[in-house]
Amino acid sequence: MELTSLELDMLAGKHGEGVALAMKVQVGTGKAFYAKRMVPITRTHVAASAQEGDLYFVTKLLDLGARCVVSPTTNPSMDTGYVEEHLGPLTDEGRDRVQASNDAYRRIGATLTLSCTPELEKNVPAFGEVVAFSESSATPYVNSVLGARSNRESSISALCAAVTGRVPEYGLLLDENRKGEVLVEVEAKIEDDFDWSLLGYAYPQKYKGAEVPVFTGIEKRATPEGFVQFGAELATSGAVAMYHIAGITPEAPTVEAAFGGNAVKHRVTITDADLDRVREQFSGESGPIEYAMLGCPHLTIRQVGEVAALVDGKQLAVDTWILVSSLTLELAERMGFLGVIQRAGGHVVADTCMDIPGCWDAYYGRPGVTESQKCAFYCQVYGQRYAVRPLAQAVQAALAGEVVK
Amino acid sequence: MSEHEYACRPISEGIGEGEALLSTDALCFALCEPDTGCVIESGHCLDGRSVAGKVLVMPTGKGSSVVQADGLYRLIMKKTAPAAVVIQTPEPVLVSTIIAMEVPLVDEVDPAFYDDIEDGDRIAVDAVAGKIVVHRRNGPGEREAR
Repeated sequence: MELTSLELDMLAGKHGEGVALAMKVQVGTGKAFYAKRMVPITRTHVAASAQEGDLYFVTKLLDLGARCVVSPTTNPSMDTGYVEEHLGPLTDEGRDRVQASNDAYRRIGATLTLSCTPELEKNVPAFGEVVAFSESSATPYVNSVLGARSNRESSISALCAAVTGRVPEYGLLLDENRKGEVLVEVEAKIEDDFDWSLLGYAYPQKYKGAEVPVFTGIEKRATPEGFVQFGAELATSGAVAMYHIAGITPEAPTVEAAFGGNAVKHRVTITDADLDRVREQFSGESGPIEYAMLGCPHLTIRQVGEVAALVDGKQLAVDTWILVSSLTLELAERMGFLGVIQRAGGHVVADTCMDIPGCWDAYYGRPGVTESQKCAFYCQVYGQRYAVRPLAQAVQAALAGEVVK
Repeated sequence: MSEHEYACRPISEGIGEGEALLSTDALCFALCEPDTGCVIESGHCLDGRSVAGKVLVMPTGKGSSVVQADGLYRLIMKKTAPAAVVIQTPEPVLVSTIIAMEVPLVDEVDPAFYDDIEDGDRIAVDAVAGKIVVHRRNGPGEREAR
């Protein structure tokens, strides 16, 4: 890997030990992928997720004197004040970790947006822009839907990029690696947002390779929410950071253009049965539930409006948490959705993620409902038993206090 | 006891030694129970088996951008992390996480390694010099009789 004299100085510690550590991670990663050089970035998105490993690394960088030169937006952590008021006291450990994480990211120079959908608001890259986005649901969106260029960054590598202002040039930053190699013939009917999340989870189950897939047979463009959920599940079930949808996404006006001269290395067919298998895998047990956790990734104002329409004038039977960005919360208030949902007994809360250890312990080991396979998958480690349903059905379950098959 | 040496490429420098734990599936460290290091992902070929102190041999990594780092960190804190990791295909989240958490990681291992290696073999990964040494408890004859 050829580094400029500035980059060599950064690696050698002449710009501080924090910068040197960030460069060490990036150069090591670059070498693993045979990157030839580093290139500047103009946007980053990082974690700030108040998870232990993440806090460890940002604190280490800070203690070594690192500061961001490209201020990143951040993933959610938790509105501890709201959750403590409405759910009960958090563990000291959980509350302290959220505080420490927010403080650390503020000090290192991040912009505390605390939302996992930066690609929809506050940090939207342009076509061709080179960026470093962690948050595995955002990365496929910026590459595939927007045509910007980001590798699948970890919370760690994206923070390193924010500190150094550059990334190693490999993978999806290069034209040749953005072309399709896998032809995915979608025979299943893809009609609503939930179908997109099922498709996103199903594809990596049928093909585990990291090559860029080209989805064909889809006529109707996904909604922004559908694309967000599709990417979230592709990255949960597998490690897909870029896809094409022929005739829909910007680098795939045709199947031929999406492949860019590449041979079809592998063919995958996705049928209704494949989607049903995912639906069944995440259907959970029917019966009583104790909570509903919606918004992984964060729900948009359109989805909050749908929830409000469903609960208007009714009472939710279980704790219902609707996780959103601070902008969506503000809009929900302006639009009157917040009042409707609160009168039904539900909570719309900003800045918050369902996967913050030590903060949702009340629900550990308990049955609940969610609209997100990603949520159900990662919360397994806490013994949370989720039934996954399309958003409207999940809200119905929260009203009824039980899930039905 | 027999000893075999294979060349590999160091990605995250360090030296680690332990029993080989062979996985045909990519792994996300967040789906390992921190106290025991046991994989808890249903359907995973290592479901129920512990990565603690093992040399984890797997195709690549998977999982969301934050949880991979958090999962590995929790294992390190509980001393249930793998001693070293051997992969076939680098994956950016896994690679950057493992470098930052300072666990030895190699790839591009001599293909003969994959023909010869068996679950439970004792392996020393030298992710500085770029070599893997496999210590066999049993010769091939005894192995078949096992």
